[in-house]
Amino acid sequence: MERKKLAAAAKAAFPNTIPILTGFLVLGIAYGIYMKALGFSPVVPILISIFVFAGSMQFVAGSVLTAAFAPVSTFLLTLMVNARHVFYGISMLEKYRDLGKKKFPTIFWMCDESFSVNVSAEVPEGVDKGWFYFFVSLFDYSYWVIGTTLGAILGQFIPFDTTGVDFAMTALFIVILVGQWEKEKSHISTLGGLGISLVCLVIFGADNFIVASMVGIVLFLTLLRRPIERRLEE
Amino acid sequence: MSNTQIVLTVAIIMGATMLTRFISFLVFPAGKETPAFIRYLGKVLPAAAMAMLVIYCFKGVDLTSGNHGAPELIAGLAVALMHKWKHSMLLSIGGGTVFYLVLIHLVF
Repeated sequence: MERKKLAAAAKAAFPNTIPILTGFLVLGIAYGIYMKALGFSPVVPILISIFVFAGSMQFVAGSVLTAAFAPVSTFLLTLMVNARHVFYGISMLEKYRDLGKKKFPTIFWMCDESFSVNVSAEVPEGVDKGWFYFFVSLFDYSYWVIGTTLGAILGQFIPFDTTGVDFAMTALFIVILVGQWEKEKSHISTLGGLGISLVCLVIFGADNFIVASMVGIVLFLTLLRRPIERRLEE
Repeated sequence: MSNTQIVLTVAIIMGATMLTRFISFLVFPAGKETPAFIRYLGKVLPAAAMAMLVIYCFKGVDLTSGNHGAPELIAGLAVALMHKWKHSMLLSIGGGTVFYLVLIHLVF
């Protein structure tokens, strides 16, 4: 019975992760090659992907590891680059609440991609939601580790130019945003998120805008709490 | 960096990353009543977070030089319109990515 339940959840989860499969394999391979070019043995990027599993931070880690040892600033830098996970955590509090033993790995594997799929997925009737969330996260994680391993070991032999294939992930996020737009009762939060992030990107630049956007979004949602809640109740 | 320092640095990055993932669940555990304001954020934040994530994908686009981000913006818009029209994940994502590849490798 239990095995059937797992198989059903894995089967329902997999199609949702196909765009991530392409994106992560390509990015993972790129990461493996990048770290190799910096002079690290293949073991280093593979272990980082296994233990850290955070795409943009891992690229930053490449330059951190080639500079002088700086524990405190490394810690703070990581918190800033990955601060958006806090948003995802608050958004997933309810959904990940009763996952039992699956809770730790599912939260450990929470990334932009697993968040975006799990927050918006309509889990099919009869499929266990918890196992669905777990498998989406597990699949994403495996693609990343497999991609990194391929890149670190075989990277230099890839015969074609893969530049741009990772656009699949941008496309995935846009598709989810459009789907969300069509479902939501009020567009205030989506529009606020778009506008504030865009303004912060222009003002603070690509490397610093996320934390500013998060502060701006929370302020915005706090100030507009009453009108938004009124609209949601209608 | 020595090997020990590399291991330490990776451990710090791992610890800080885990902190960003787990902190919400640690501060608002399952057994305790979550404050109403946080429950409100849990409801409205996902929409804003997805919007922020889309902007995040375009952060590397340079509007002032090169091709002014045209391939990214055109392909991004095409994905959105395609999805509004056909509502097929596969078509929007697969088609959009192929379209983007054509734009950057053949057109621009």
